[in-house]
Amino acid sequence: MFQYDEKVLKDQLLELIRLAATDLPKDVVESIQAAQQNEDEGSAARSVFGMILKNIELARAEATPICQDTGTNIYLVYIPEGVGMRKLTALIHEATSEAVDKSYLRPNAVDSITGKNSGNNIGEGQPFIHFEEWDNDYIEFKLMLKGGGCENVSTQYKLPDVGLGAGRDLDGVYKVIVDAVNAAQGLGCAPGILGIGIGGDRTTSHLTAKSQLFRKMTDTNPNADLVEMESKLLADLNELGVGPMGFGGKTTILGVKMGSMHRLPASFFVSISYMCWAYRRHSMILNGKGEVSYD
Amino acid sequence: MIKLQLPISEAAIRELKMGDEVAISGLMVTARDAAHKYIHENWPDWLKPIMDGSMIYHCGPVVKQHEDGSWSFVAAGPTTSIREEPYEAAVMEHYKVRAVIGKGGMGEKTLAGLAKSGGVYLHAIGGMAASLAKSVVRVHDVYMLDELGVPEAFWHIEVEDFPAVVTMDSHGDSLHKSIKAKSDEVAKKLIFG
Repeated sequence: MFQYDEKVLKDQLLELIRLAATDLPKDVVESIQAAQQNEDEGSAARSVFGMILKNIELARAEATPICQDTGTNIYLVYIPEGVGMRKLTALIHEATSEAVDKSYLRPNAVDSITGKNSGNNIGEGQPFIHFEEWDNDYIEFKLMLKGGGCENVSTQYKLPDVGLGAGRDLDGVYKVIVDAVNAAQGLGCAPGILGIGIGGDRTTSHLTAKSQLFRKMTDTNPNADLVEMESKLLADLNELGVGPMGFGGKTTILGVKMGSMHRLPASFFVSISYMCWAYRRHSMILNGKGEVSYD
Repeated sequence: MIKLQLPISEAAIRELKMGDEVAISGLMVTARDAAHKYIHENWPDWLKPIMDGSMIYHCGPVVKQHEDGSWSFVAAGPTTSIREEPYEAAVMEHYKVRAVIGKGGMGEKTLAGLAKSGGVYLHAIGGMAASLAKSVVRVHDVYMLDELGVPEAFWHIEVEDFPAVVTMDSHGDSLHKSIKAKSDEVAKKLIFG
């Protein structure tokens, strides 16, 4: 039976939140550094990247949020058989509320009917926590913070799309993605990282898209067709010239991550989850001895 | 880099051109979604002395309250401005606001408003929250905190050398419009061949 100390785990979760809000992952920072080198000397784009990289360093050094919009807090939690979900949910809530007190998170949960901010970042559906049981003898918590600006430019298409001449195949998928990124311009804090969900229904299509954003920047898609499409999209989307923050430049998108689900014969959804450059995600593994490691 | 001291005159703002880099000092006020809705429904007089000749910052900060009750900004980058498109031109004209600071730019209605009443749109770098919070040297006051919550309250702040770029000016120029026109062309080629 997997056991843990509740008080200790709450503090370990608080540290996970602190890392997610203040420490941009290494693979993302390296991708931004490479993009900066690729922009012309003396260009606005290169200077914007310089400011972005300075801000990343400052946030890490002072343990303050990289972005004031600490976003929707999205948790994927993998648990061994028999570990209770309700207790873990309560601990995540406790750590969340404490993170607000420590200014790692902004109180970001607004009642949609009354307009009242709950004040502690907790509300219906916030934070979002998804549990899955697995065969391993440890728990993994994956946490991503996704801000509202980039969520607002995320979108969903259904194929065929007559206006774009997009049919029900990968070529059609390509066309709607180009359209979405062009429409987004700099509004989602470009350069963005795209999580793409092909197929599924309205809900699972978006879920597939968002789940792709838990992948590392440098990983390789297990599907050969999607490997090719990811690199084609990355190259072509950077021809748009939107550039960092929409100031113009060679870097509009830092990465494209695609996944697919089976669909109904009648439906062909393509969901685009746009992530801003402040691509905040970390994970924590808790073993049976109460020890944790962060990634 | 052009230094701007608040409050600022209409004439000084009309001298600014798209592409100018500025550093702002003085008192300004944050206002975003709920605040703009509130203004549009109430047009309160108490905002007049705060906004006259000043700037609106589209920002929902992470704040810290100290033991003596005072506040400071911990993280304070810009939020996406286009959501205030329905309101901004009228708000700027009514309160003689000389600039809005945000990210992503705004649309035709605001661009026309900037020309009419004398204003600019200033772009700060999105996600630069840790750095920009350093430019907020003092939180002067906060209004409607209970009603609107921390991210959406009116924070009256003093800034020092707050960096931004003019991306929309009072002469009808918009960087966002020109970047979009170019990328539309490329997108058309990629989609339709």
